[in-house]
Amino acid sequence: MKAFTYERAKTPQEAAAAAARIPNARFVAGGTNLLDLMKLQIETPSHLIDVNDLALDRIEPVQDGGLRIGALVRNADLAADLRVRRDYGVLTRALVAGASGQLRNQATTAGNLLQRTRCPYFYDTNMPCNKRKPGSGCSAIGGFTRLHAIVGQSESCIATHPSDMAVAMRVLDAQVETIDPSGARRVIPIADFHRLPGNTPHIDHNLKPGELITAVTLPPPVGGVQSYRKVRDRASYAFAIVSVASIVQRDGSGRVALGGVAHKPWRVEAADAAFPRGAQAVAGALLQGARTTEDNAFKVPLVERTLAAAIVDAKAGAKA
Amino acid sequence: MPDFDPNRRQLLKASTVAVGGVAVSAQLATPAQAAAPAARPPASTAPTTMSIRLKVNGVEHQLMVDPRTTLLDALRDRLHLTGSKKGCDQGQCGACTVLVDGRRVTSCLTLAVMQEGHEVTTIEGLGTPTNLHPLQRAFIKHDGYQCGFCTPGQICSAVGMLEELRAGAPSHVTADLSASPQPTDMELRERMSGNLCRCGAYSNIQEAIAEVAGMKR
Repeated sequence: MKAFTYERAKTPQEAAAAAARIPNARFVAGGTNLLDLMKLQIETPSHLIDVNDLALDRIEPVQDGGLRIGALVRNADLAADLRVRRDYGVLTRALVAGASGQLRNQATTAGNLLQRTRCPYFYDTNMPCNKRKPGSGCSAIGGFTRLHAIVGQSESCIATHPSDMAVAMRVLDAQVETIDPSGARRVIPIADFHRLPGNTPHIDHNLKPGELITAVTLPPPVGGVQSYRKVRDRASYAFAIVSVASIVQRDGSGRVALGGVAHKPWRVEAADAAFPRGAQAVAGALLQGARTTEDNAFKVPLVERTLAAAIVDAKAGAKA
Repeated sequence: MPDFDPNRRQLLKASTVAVGGVAVSAQLATPAQAAAPAARPPASTAPTTMSIRLKVNGVEHQLMVDPRTTLLDALRDRLHLTGSKKGCDQGQCGACTVLVDGRRVTSCLTLAVMQEGHEVTTIEGLGTPTNLHPLQRAFIKHDGYQCGFCTPGQICSAVGMLEELRAGAPSHVTADLSASPQPTDMELRERMSGNLCRCGAYSNIQEAIAEVAGMKR
């Protein structure tokens, strides 16, 4: 690890102001992704702002019937919350499908959204990577691409976003609440939070310098049969090859977001509209314009079949 | 607790450990560790060295640490609690699992400076050779290891896991999110997936935990 200085922030605004004032500062909460990357010198902050003392660790109902999840709520606590289990089952399912019991006890809601990609070329500091070192090139393109993006990728980057939680947040239309160094607050719809790589793959999200996530809010419950189906190389503790977060209603309507296929949680409104026509139509709309390689072309039928299984389960669940 | 006041013996012990650590585990030691100063008197404090209080197994320690020091390295190299093991040093193997405020965490992915104000419990704090923790006793009875390297992490993880199960936390294999999950083989296996055992003693580890969980065999 490169040397850094460390402070514990007392208020969200103080944390945001420090991050804007001190060059190359980073927030740290759970640390499960950041410290790993710092050991590899992929992340080299000169200052860490520990935000764990900020009182952002509560889950509270909001007036419109939704739920506000503090930025510091640990993944394990969010998954186990009785309101989340009852009203936002897809979120609990996504959370418990990710990482391990230990990591879920450490990782936070905001930190989960801010995870960096697990692209092996991003992790290998001997290889060019536009995300790690802008302008150096993409080693994944033309490399081993079984785990890489099939939609929304660019000539600069074909990495995927690794989060399970964020895929559920996307299908639930969550909103990200932030505070900036001046103390101003804003709300970012999850759809606009993560970015496609374009020619700036080193920028994963639309937060401004120093801007700190304070909470993620969920809209009022939408009911339906909610599921998170994750296909991976082993039964537990592995990143998704493809994941499908879906909410299917009794009338056959539904909505779906995908993980493991793009640089951000992937949702297409036209695909949601195709639900009454079945999995093939939905998957076709979701993956329209997909660009695959020999290594990852299998993801296209895998998405369709995983979604079909989720719809069959949902219909069985709705009858029960 | 008085301020840090190293005597000659502590300093010698700390330097020996630091040098020994580099010599025997050069491949595991990060450049940070290799360069990390041994216990230093406050007079020569480097700009990035911090004084922290770390409560481990009920005992409060005052330490001067480089902020880069992970909780795992502080436990092993500074407090000489070598039960917690460094396997992968990236949160993937679970050998470094300890309890922080009763919850299982990977001590390699948190910094010592981040743990001030928290209570850390390591394998050394769970039981002693004459007064074993029920899980320690069960691992011995069921032969839940071969080389033993992953065992402290397995046991600390199991302690935290059984508490999560008792509290009703769901897992990936819990069928009904509205019901309290029950201890089953599937549940235990899924919940222990963050602890790897390269000897492959999983079936006996499973038996040991199942016994403490009160499962009928």
